[in-house]
Amino acid sequence: MGGFPILSVMLAVPLVGAIACLFLDAKPARMVALAATLVNLALGVVLWANYDIGGAQWQFTEYSELFDGFAYALGIDGIALMLIMLSVFLMPICIGASWEAITKRVGEYMAAFLLMEVLMIGVFAAQDIFLFYIFFEAGLIPMYLIIGVWGGQNRIYAAYKFFLYTLLGSVLMLIAMLWMVNQAGTTYIPYLMEYDFPVEAQTWLWLAFFASFAVKMPMWPVHTWLPDAHVQAPTAGSVILAGVLLKLGGYGFIRFSLPMFPDASADFGWLVWGLSMVAVIVTSLIALVQADMKKLIAYSSVAHMAIVTVGLFAFNVQGLEGAMMVMLGHGLVSGALFLCVGIIYDRLHTREISRYGGLAINMPAYAVLFMLFTMAAVGLPGTSNFVGEFLALAGIYQANSWVAFVCTTGIILGAAYMLYLYRRIIFGEQKNADAAAMPDLTIREYLLLGPIAAAVLWMGIYPESFLAPMRADIEVLDARLAAAAPEGDAQLAIGEGAPAEEAHAEGEAH
Amino acid sequence: MDYSTSLALLAPEILLAVSGLVLLLVAAWGGDKIARFNTIAAAVVLGGAFALVAPSVCAGASGPDAVAFGGQFRADAFAGLAKLMIFAASGAALVVAPRFFGRVGATRAEFPILVLFAVLGMSIMVSAADLITLYIGLELNSLAAYVLAAIRRDDERSAEAGLKYFVLGGLASGILLFGMSLTYGFAGTTNFGGIAVAVADGLSTGQLFGLTFVLAGLAFKISAAPFHMWTPDVYEGAPTPVTMFFASAPKVAAIALLARVSLEAFGSQSLAWQQIVIFAALLSIVIGALGAIGQQNVKRLLAYSSINNVGFILIGLASGTLAGASAMMVYLAIYVVMTIGSFVAVLLMRDGNGDQVESVSDLAGLSTTRPALAWCLMALMFSLAGIPPLFGFWGKFVVFQAAVEADLIALAAIGIAASVIGAFYYIKIVKVMFFDEAVDTVTGKSDTPHWALLAICALLISPLGYLLIGPLGNLADMAAASLAVAF
Repeated sequence: MGGFPILSVMLAVPLVGAIACLFLDAKPARMVALAATLVNLALGVVLWANYDIGGAQWQFTEYSELFDGFAYALGIDGIALMLIMLSVFLMPICIGASWEAITKRVGEYMAAFLLMEVLMIGVFAAQDIFLFYIFFEAGLIPMYLIIGVWGGQNRIYAAYKFFLYTLLGSVLMLIAMLWMVNQAGTTYIPYLMEYDFPVEAQTWLWLAFFASFAVKMPMWPVHTWLPDAHVQAPTAGSVILAGVLLKLGGYGFIRFSLPMFPDASADFGWLVWGLSMVAVIVTSLIALVQADMKKLIAYSSVAHMAIVTVGLFAFNVQGLEGAMMVMLGHGLVSGALFLCVGIIYDRLHTREISRYGGLAINMPAYAVLFMLFTMAAVGLPGTSNFVGEFLALAGIYQANSWVAFVCTTGIILGAAYMLYLYRRIIFGEQKNADAAAMPDLTIREYLLLGPIAAAVLWMGIYPESFLAPMRADIEVLDARLAAAAPEGDAQLAIGEGAPAEEAHAEGEAH
Repeated sequence: MDYSTSLALLAPEILLAVSGLVLLLVAAWGGDKIARFNTIAAAVVLGGAFALVAPSVCAGASGPDAVAFGGQFRADAFAGLAKLMIFAASGAALVVAPRFFGRVGATRAEFPILVLFAVLGMSIMVSAADLITLYIGLELNSLAAYVLAAIRRDDERSAEAGLKYFVLGGLASGILLFGMSLTYGFAGTTNFGGIAVAVADGLSTGQLFGLTFVLAGLAFKISAAPFHMWTPDVYEGAPTPVTMFFASAPKVAAIALLARVSLEAFGSQSLAWQQIVIFAALLSIVIGALGAIGQQNVKRLLAYSSINNVGFILIGLASGTLAGASAMMVYLAIYVVMTIGSFVAVLLMRDGNGDQVESVSDLAGLSTTRPALAWCLMALMFSLAGIPPLFGFWGKFVVFQAAVEADLIALAAIGIAASVIGAFYYIKIVKVMFFDEAVDTVTGKSDTPHWALLAICALLISPLGYLLIGPLGNLADMAAASLAVAF
């Protein structure tokens, strides 16, 4: 890219848009927000197109000693690239989803979302540990406002819970970061990733980071802020929350916990596995009995994130790749599902599942798209989530077959609650006259769901486009983890092969 | 060292003292009519003193060249940096005060003079290198402050605040004097350098008692828990510009003084006072946070917030290193800006009649009725809570960095976890302003100087403030280094 600071520009565009939105009326604010996010999407495409697969590990790097104590250092690898793409892809959709639903204080709303985009890109692009922390923590402010101002009935409780829960998780991480920087003498993340911290210190550092990322992820039992925050947030807020913010935890594991503390990660593998197994079963069962659509999808997010964590802590290439693919796929699919909920919520203003029914009759196009995303959430082959879940589970199988066994039931349970949800909303009798009178998708709604549907299928049918940029980075990470990786329980001994027959041997020669 | 050199080092204090006396005479003959002139003159004098101190701070003055009057007074970079903050904060108080007093009909020509004398006292405090100098400065400041708290004689709350401050402040001075006398008795000298020599081989029981009482007396002045009880009452009762003054300048002075006593006089015995400071720090953080939760009055809430912040500043001191002292100065600078901003925002809260409103519930829905004020106040609240990217985060960052570097990881972890409790009431204010239905109480017209000051504070604590990290950190490092050279 010849020195063009594309990452800084991607941070600056939404920031300028956010400041502009604060001073604008509803209509121009919407336009500015849409324009800013679309420009960023275009820049994201340029970024991906220019990303040199198989090239340097860190690309598009920028470095400036702008501050004393930490540096303004940006740069991405394939993993960060994919997550940035997810963010910039979902942002215009979020703005579009709020086009008509948000009527009060539109300028501030758009400003909060654009600020959110700045911070998310910043988190993924930061190469300085403190710069990362600043972006990571700052996301609390716009999200607090989004939930609290534009949320539903119980929004204030949800906003408090979200804020304080995630803050408590992260402040301990700050202390750990201060210790690490003091020990290693650098704030530069790529160096820290190669620095060998003393094994006994790794335990504490890992736990401090875990406190933060587990809350962000969220892992059972610290997931309880998520359903509250999701249910009360406006549709676009839920999309961003599920689509990108939940990925911050996974990104944190992959960028910090695993490469910086490989020994502690291996030592605590049982903890992560255990919590993930519980999460898969428990939250799937909770999802099964929800009467509120958003809550159901929120709980299913927790279950999916548990698949991500087992994939990450499988300590092999399949697991890591699978975890990344689940994160990307889940970002798209859960975002789309929240949009689907939002579409019917905008018409009937209730999230109660029993108030709907038989929508296939009056909203056939909606039923088709909802079907696609439901299947993707279940993990049907051909959709994005299949690739990720299969890889993640294959990865964990090599590490521990029992964990793989328990986690795989998540797919069955997932099918249960998703199909049950689908049946109750789309099929069956049209019990309620007002639900039966709802019009089908508008052009705006097609424009929101269409791109996600295309991306879901693309990722399901040709995942190589998404895996290729990440492959080298995951291999580096795998090599870093190799020494600490726990031995798998499935010791497949290669026995004495049956004596090869002559014909066979000849056949192989062909 | 001859007298002329000593007097030259004291130039800012001499300027303050002489102009304070002259203005007092002017006020005696001119009466309250010339209050405006006095205010402007006092502000100019503060500006002059600022200009006199600034070069020595930038040059990092330290060592024997900065010592005046045979080691009683030290005009080094540490004192200088504290003085700059004190002068700036007092100047801000002078800027906001006339409009406020004019509105409530309590304009008095003595107000700027009292501020000048208080500043003179603080200036002597931060430069003190001897227990006697320390006490003279402290009492000069305190006496002026008692009168300032009660300056609205017709207002019961103001008079009550003045009285409470006086009685409890007198008690604190007594404790401090007791500690000083014990220290003198067991160390044989009142000079910090001399005390440092006397305690170099370990503290005797008497010296330990002296140290403890001195610290207790100073903890009173900085309103660190468990000596914080006077703060909410005095802050609530005193007129708002005076509260703003109390929460900023004297805090800087007392904390700088505390740092000098601990690090210079008792620097070799850091283990002895570290425990006390750690205890006071953690207790202040927790009490400041818990106490604020139930408050309905914004000024009372900010009083608890200041207790909470003092706790964080003490974490810097508890690390007992020069990096810790430097972190304290950085935190103090940011704290002063945040405090002034918050109190100016309180001053801007006025109902349709132009009367001040101070209740948290009056802020409800401020973001729809007065968006600019609401956004500034929100930035200040998040900054006080230490949420990045606002500049308040940096203050917490440096003190915790110092604590971690000094291997006080448990202290840092507990302290930062307790800061989450504090975050609760800060975001509660944001909730009231942004999430609640508008009550539209705050409708009064606002004054331009208040707005200007609020805008400056908001700009400084915005992410743009991070560009100041370099220069600010440099000044603080030099200031801390001058402490080390002293003995």
